[in-house]
Amino acid sequence: MPTEILMPALSPTMEEGRLARWYVKEGDRVDAGDVIAEIETDKATLEFEAVAPGRLGPILVPEGAEAVKVNTPIAVLLSAAEDGTEIALPETPPAAPPPAPRPAARGARSGTLREPGWDADLPRGTLTVREALRDALAEEMRRDDDVVLIGEEVAEYQGAYKITQGLFDEFGARRVMDAPITEHAFTGIAVGAAFAGLRPVVEYMSFAFAMQAMDQIVNSAAKTHYMSGGAVTCPLVLRGPQGMGGRVGAQHAQCFASWFAQVPGLKVVAPFAASDAKGLLKAAIRDPNPVVFLESEALYGRAFEVPDLGEDHVVPLGRARVWREGTDVTIVSFGAGMAHALAAADTLAEEGLSAEVIDLRSLRPLDTGTVIESVKRTSRCVTVEDGWPVGAVGDHIAAEVMRGAFDWLDAPVLSVTGRDLPMPYAETLEQAALVTSGDVVAAARRVCNR
Amino acid sequence: MAAEGAGAMGDPVEETLALYRAMLLIRRFEEKTGQLYGMGLIGGFCHLYIGQEAVVTGLEACAHPGDHRVTSYRCHGHALAAGVSPEAVMSELLGRESGVNRGRGGSMHMFSPAHRFWGGHGIVGAQVPIGAGLALAEKHRGTNNIAFCYFGDGAADQGQVAETYAMARNWQLPVLFVIENNAQFAGAPVRGRAPALLERARAHGIPVQAVDGMDVRAVRAAGEDAVLHVRAGKGPYLLEVKTHRYRGHSMADPAKYRRAAETPRQREDRDPITSLRRQILAEDLASEDDLKAVDREIKEIVSAAAETARAAAEPDPATLSQHVYAEA
Repeated sequence: MPTEILMPALSPTMEEGRLARWYVKEGDRVDAGDVIAEIETDKATLEFEAVAPGRLGPILVPEGAEAVKVNTPIAVLLSAAEDGTEIALPETPPAAPPPAPRPAARGARSGTLREPGWDADLPRGTLTVREALRDALAEEMRRDDDVVLIGEEVAEYQGAYKITQGLFDEFGARRVMDAPITEHAFTGIAVGAAFAGLRPVVEYMSFAFAMQAMDQIVNSAAKTHYMSGGAVTCPLVLRGPQGMGGRVGAQHAQCFASWFAQVPGLKVVAPFAASDAKGLLKAAIRDPNPVVFLESEALYGRAFEVPDLGEDHVVPLGRARVWREGTDVTIVSFGAGMAHALAAADTLAEEGLSAEVIDLRSLRPLDTGTVIESVKRTSRCVTVEDGWPVGAVGDHIAAEVMRGAFDWLDAPVLSVTGRDLPMPYAETLEQAALVTSGDVVAAARRVCNR
Repeated sequence: MAAEGAGAMGDPVEETLALYRAMLLIRRFEEKTGQLYGMGLIGGFCHLYIGQEAVVTGLEACAHPGDHRVTSYRCHGHALAAGVSPEAVMSELLGRESGVNRGRGGSMHMFSPAHRFWGGHGIVGAQVPIGAGLALAEKHRGTNNIAFCYFGDGAADQGQVAETYAMARNWQLPVLFVIENNAQFAGAPVRGRAPALLERARAHGIPVQAVDGMDVRAVRAAGEDAVLHVRAGKGPYLLEVKTHRYRGHSMADPAKYRRAAETPRQREDRDPITSLRRQILAEDLASEDDLKAVDREIKEIVSAAAETARAAAEPDPATLSQHVYAEA
């Protein structure tokens, strides 16, 4: 029986990849474990092995094919029973199977978004968040020799998520430093280097691993400027992905926004759009304070339509961005939560509700003024975040809105958050735990009495 | 950078007297600190350096301008040895606006970038990677400045210390690790424990040396060797300096775990200041009268620092929110 060889998923979030190379040709004999092809994603390149012995039948996807979806048949493997005979290649490939079941689309990863707020006449291209972050790092490293990168696999491997692609080649080992798996110490080393005037950018492979370094982040980086009466500065960026979902289970899936946002002395940034990822990272690197820069793995590959940003595109920390104007309800979010907020605003529009969507972009300093001014116009507010509900960023926003716009409010502020539990692994449970745009729509309807 | 320019002066007599002065300043300063703490003028946790003076004094004599230093919460002596004025340190202890950190840091958190003194860290062991980071900055800039990174035998058990050894060795960082082994971590003596302090660093490929921390000249001699290695770009070096803390871990620790006869005997036989005093007289480097004059002078400096600090203004509550963030 011929079996189909399917395009493999190399990571929890891979949706498609490039078939870089076939190591075997039609008719070749393969053993289980033989490398048969090389697959590339924007994050990684991996060799792909046969799982069973046999002869390679027709190759369905040629070498060099781009954007091959996961689970697409890429070749046919003829079983051992057919071995020894002259293989008659089928005239036509087998009928395409029904599309493989796909995880429910997470808004953060689908489609190219046109960014608002730019001059309509400017020609636009697409920029992914990954490219935006890399451009920011490269530009700031060219601008200032004191900017150095420290992290696991940031140098020769080009970053676990390929954010630092090309930087080791351009700047060398003096500026781009591979650290061992020692978050506690390499964060402390970055703090010391920052005291002495460097501008280290620390990459955590996942922000979950930054928990190992929490003491250095809070006690050493955040507090020293104050403790020293303003004498010592710590110009440091701590960046990396966090995120929910992806079937990674509880220890890799958590939103740390509210934890870090609680700490005086830190600045905290969580971008959504590509232009903000670039402009905020440049601002964070130039800032004389320690900046926690929370990225989302789900957003790395997402493309945004933007004009050419250039090297002068710096977005000041602490200013929210009104992504979409509206009159009936203010939806406030940041980072990956913005995808749910924007999708919800589309749905609400179909129902005749006009939602204003605000991207906080920075969580400390927090631009409460923009939120309060918006709520004074809409009189209703919903907050959206992936993180846990107790001590959520949204609850702080709710308190600020209550203080600043109490007389304008027509309904309680509702916070849409992740569920109050460690992230489960099973797909059904994970889907039930994740924030969806439907949750946001439901909350918006409630505050609008719909 | 060391107080009164101990070391690098060329004149061996002056150098030795400078070591004596520097140690005596720390001793008298810490005695005064203990008094003021007892009077309720100093708040919170307060860790005295009495008995350990030879460690920082001997090593500061090996420092060049441009070198960095960082230590734990037991930092008053290190601040003084780095050249921070007694008034500024005492004012900080009393929580005065005139303190080295405007009264925001206190006993455990003192910093003076002008003296390249980077704390004063209250979390045990946290200063170790920070010290390596100071060294990284110098390596990045291609200077031959080094970082002196002090920590105790208790801190040496921290995981981040082992992590730092590995990274400092791999990156060949110009850092001198100094374990001030006072043979007691917090409230317990180390008897029954196998510290293996040198072996741990050696396992990471870091050259090590143990030295008698009650002999300031021995500390300086060992320091010169270590500093030569580090400054030459050969990577980190570790000194285990065996010292003796006379008082409890902090002012709150009555140190009842000591054997009763231990401290007086130590003081009599091995005290770093009286030992050096004996040597100075035996070697005829100075007269009894000369040393008495030094004693009087140091006493006056410390008294004046205490009086100045007591008279200084406390911070204005209106300034409470200053310095949370640095301005761009």
